[in-house]
Amino acid sequence: MPLLDFQDVSFINDGKTILKNLSFVVEAGDYISIIGPSGSGKSTLLRLCSHLISPTGGNIFYKGVNMNKYVPTELRKSIAYCSQLPYLFGNNVKENLDFPFSVRKMPFNEGRVKELFSLFNIPFTFLNADVQNLSGGEKQRISLVRTLLFLPEVLLLDEVTSALDAENTRMVLNAIFTLNRNGITILWITHNPEQSKKYANKILTLEAGEMKSLEVLK
Amino acid sequence: MTGSVTIDSTSLLIASSLVLVSLYLSYSQKLGIEKETVVSVVRAVVQLVIVGYILEYIFGLESPLFTTLLLLFMAFNAAYNASKRGKGIKKILRISFCAITTGTVLTLSVLVFSGTIAYEPYQIIPVSGMIISNSMVALGVCYKQMISDFKNRREEVETKLSLGADILPSSIGIIRDAIKTGMIPTIDSAKTLGIVSIPGMMTGLILAGISPMEAIKYQIMVTFMLLSTTSISSYVACYLSYRNFFNSRKQLIIFK
Ligand SMILES: Nc1ncnc2c1ncn2[C@@H]1O[C@H](COP(=O)(O)OP(=O)(O)OP(=O)(O)O)[C@@H](O)[C@H]1O
Ligand SMILES: [Mg+2]
Repeated sequence: MPLLDFQDVSFINDGKTILKNLSFVVEAGDYISIIGPSGSGKSTLLRLCSHLISPTGGNIFYKGVNMNKYVPTELRKSIAYCSQLPYLFGNNVKENLDFPFSVRKMPFNEGRVKELFSLFNIPFTFLNADVQNLSGGEKQRISLVRTLLFLPEVLLLDEVTSALDAENTRMVLNAIFTLNRNGITILWITHNPEQSKKYANKILTLEAGEMKSLEVLK
Repeated sequence: MTGSVTIDSTSLLIASSLVLVSLYLSYSQKLGIEKETVVSVVRAVVQLVIVGYILEYIFGLESPLFTTLLLLFMAFNAAYNASKRGKGIKKILRISFCAITTGTVLTLSVLVFSGTIAYEPYQIIPVSGMIISNSMVALGVCYKQMISDFKNRREEVETKLSLGADILPSSIGIIRDAIKTGMIPTIDSAKTLGIVSIPGMMTGLILAGISPMEAIKYQIMVTFMLLSTTSISSYVACYLSYRNFFNSRKQLIIFK
């Protein structure tokens, strides 16, 4: 049974067709790069996967069950989404990292944070940093840490390395690839053609809201 | 009441010439609000005259049932007006009515049971009028703030949702800001009482010949009761309405 199954999915907003008749499956353990021109509907596709929006036509099945049948909050814990513009809320970094714990009614786990900070090359002193004073790349990595404090089954990444330098990009790529080898399914939007081919086993190409191809690499 | 003042009709008529000043300004400055000014003046006079007669009738009735019905009528009108500011929010009229009555009932109960005021029409009706109209203004401000915040802070809400949070923790920042915004006018006017404004009620009492010290006691009561009512009403309204910014799949709906 496929992990995610898109059956003739469309998304129309305000009379404008943003995604049209998408049908494809994502198998458990896939690492799919999603590419396509700006405005082709890539982010919209991931927002559908994270159930932040629902299709206006067709159905999405997760583990064989229509997404509409799941408890939304549980679904979103299992299918995590890291958005295109990293949004850090509140005043400091700690507030952001405590949020996933408080959602699960668990105490803050400093050890887990330390582990991820070192994985993404973030100095631990950033924990008490003011979110206003962070650079774009720092925000991006902290938002990744926030998403990964609890490991999901599916990880949706929307251009999460757009503000990172080559060194940090390589580090994030490796970290995500490690997660993939440990069984986490990855759907990753990227504008970088080289990056899209490096670890992915499939490449999904969107154009003007339609699926142009789903290429299997290995 | 000692030395109470009365206004005779001639002086009231002379005072009405003040309206001509505003009409002249509107005309000479091409503000284009002459018609609106005339309408508002006529409405004010007609409404007040009718209310004057009704109040005189009801004060004479001294029927608690009738007083209560009148309060409900006032609360409904206030709810109707406040809900115009929350257009698009589902069940907004019901929510506003509920919020206004909760705030009013709680505050009035404290005032009545403590013996500060009696459940007599001539005390209850003017006091409730103040309470209800203040809640109405507070709710209008709350709704406006919530609608614009759910639009402008969409990313914040959706980020929290995608971290697996329920709709309340995802909206709590917006809810708190809306309650705060709803209360600010009341808090600000409490802060400047006596410095910037001698409030209407106190002015009225003093004009009617009550000693300023006595009038101040009433004003203090009024200030406290307005603070309590606006906070209760804003709280109830925001907590009842934030859900309507989401659909049953816990997805944020955007109002146009
Ligand atoms: N909330 C919305 N309301 C109306 N239109 C929207 C909304 N979100 C996206 N769109 C439109 O849908 C289309 C696809 O947007 P989407 O963000 O999915 O594109 P994208 O492929 O992620 O682009 P980019 O590479 O620039 O991030 C665009 O034309 C966009 O204007
Ligand atoms: Mg995008």
